Amino acid sequence: MAETFLSLENLVKTFGTTTVVKDVSLPVGRGEFVSLLGPSGCGKTTILRMVAGFERPTSGRILVEGKDITGLSANQRKIGMVFQAYALFPNMSVAGNIGFGLRVAGAPRAEIESRVTEMLGLIGLAGYEKRFPFELSGGQQQRVALARALAPRPRMLLLDEPLSALDAKIRVSLREQIREIQRELGITTIFVTHDQEEALSISDRIVVMNAGNVEQVGAPFEIYNRPRTRFVATFVGQLNTLSGTVVDAAQRTVSIDGQVLTVPALPGNASNGSPVSFTMRPEAVRLGGGEGDIVLNGKVAEVNFLGSVIRLKVDLGQHNRLDLDTFNDQRTPPPEYGAPVQIGIASSDMLVLGD
Amino acid sequence: MRRGKPWAWIIFGLGVVYFMIPLIATFIFSLRMRRDGLSFDAYLSVFGDARFQSTLTYSVVVGILAIIVGVAIVIPAAYVVRLRLPWLRQTLEFITLLPLIIPPIVLVFGYLRMYNTSSLIPLTSSAFGTDILLTCAYVVLALPYMYRSVDTGLRSIDAHVLSEAATSLGAGPVRIIYEIIVPNIFVAVISGAFLTFAIVIGEFTMASLLSRPAFGPYLQLTGTNKAYEPSALAVISFIITWGAMGMIQLLTRFAPRTAARTD
Repeated sequence: MAETFLSLENLVKTFGTTTVVKDVSLPVGRGEFVSLLGPSGCGKTTILRMVAGFERPTSGRILVEGKDITGLSANQRKIGMVFQAYALFPNMSVAGNIGFGLRVAGAPRAEIESRVTEMLGLIGLAGYEKRFPFELSGGQQQRVALARALAPRPRMLLLDEPLSALDAKIRVSLREQIREIQRELGITTIFVTHDQEEALSISDRIVVMNAGNVEQVGAPFEIYNRPRTRFVATFVGQLNTLSGTVVDAAQRTVSIDGQVLTVPALPGNASNGSPVSFTMRPEAVRLGGGEGDIVLNGKVAEVNFLGSVIRLKVDLGQHNRLDLDTFNDQRTPPPEYGAPVQIGIASSDMLVLGD
Repeated sequence: MRRGKPWAWIIFGLGVVYFMIPLIATFIFSLRMRRDGLSFDAYLSVFGDARFQSTLTYSVVVGILAIIVGVAIVIPAAYVVRLRLPWLRQTLEFITLLPLIIPPIVLVFGYLRMYNTSSLIPLTSSAFGTDILLTCAYVVLALPYMYRSVDTGLRSIDAHVLSEAATSLGAGPVRIIYEIIVPNIFVAVISGAFLTFAIVIGEFTMASLLSRPAFGPYLQLTGTNKAYEPSALAVISFIITWGAMGMIQLLTRFAPRTAARTD
């Protein structure tokens, strides 16, 4: 991580008797793109709003470049923000919206005009100056909102689920554009989302939150492949869970739906006959199985053809069903419903998770 | 739905008859000043009366002042309550309804008691002071309409998010209200203003008991002394009120449009 630009220190936020943010500390590097990811009510938006100055922390500090801004009002923080509902001023044209922050700052007219033109070029909407928000599509409105937030050259940028109100296709193209602009300007950015795919695709680092706590902070690759808690593993991406019983703890053999196999590791407290569970990503499970794989036999319970990927559900017995992702191969049709299959799992892909 | 249609038209027709017959009768009566036929003599007599012009001017001026004061009080109050003090909203709604519950005669006696010549604020000791008192009284009288218009306007825009967006761009509360909120609820404010105007222009009780030369007392005075002019005045009053209502309808076309598009 580059030099720390924003620092959240032991942030706590309480509404009445409910604590929605519980002692959160997080350093954010200069120019970094950090996503706060979590389900509704996990406290991610509250953190963003505290950084913006719309909520005051119950305790803790917010520092920007080492200076405490916790007590500073929102209009003095010089932090740009983009909202889920666009929040463009309906009475102003595109140019009026983008230039608003500069007008508030008392910038000369010529400077406002040149900055508006520059911003419109940046978001690819040159020539749209005179249009009004109602004349723009949702994606265009959100791009104008981004330009408006960036026009006064803020110290950092906050994005509060800016893509949630958009159609799927626009969402993907706009998130790519947001990342491109962020890289070009090198502006420190915090992005709030509940969409794991969005967070994985756009971020330098992801902060996974649950019930007011930070569960894990890390790069997308790390979060996805090495989740530290069950919550992170289940919330970020899909996860298979196999449950069985320990046959011989010393030999690390377990029985899963009557199939006895040797696993790479067992939880520390495992004893003979005790229940045990393992988790793995759908893409870690292969049809057939290779050398060194843990091999299990099952029956195809469902086939979902998704185009480039085929998702299978395989019943291993009465208690376990696995999701399995395999790439589409034009020469080989997917197995049929009810067909017996052998599946392989690389032992290194099996996750033994703490709670 | 289709079976209910004839009934709907019958009820609508009855309503039209109920409201229009007295109006048409009044209008026809107002034209009968000349014995040998219909004429606009009653209207000419009214327009030629210096007191008509002076009382109407007085009521228009007081009405405009009441609108200005009302707007200046109601917009910030409704905005602050909606954004910062939502728990106070029901209380404020109740308070703004009080002028509809308390009869104007009770209100005006309260004012006379509070602001008489021997009180701490002796507004009734001069004509100018009484004019101020009447303006304030009209602000209170129009409060239910003005508050509801403004509140409806605030509800129609996402005032909360727009304010936060403006704040994040460095704007303070005064700038937000006058550059973002007011232009976006302008039509609602104008609706409230015209409703206020329509109420104030013919108001009698307060103006009469405060002894001010307003249009309402003039209507009453003319009604007791003349035969055809009161009918002409009634028609003129209706035209002024309808004009105010028509302006509300016309201005709603110019409201800033919002677009929650997903494409």
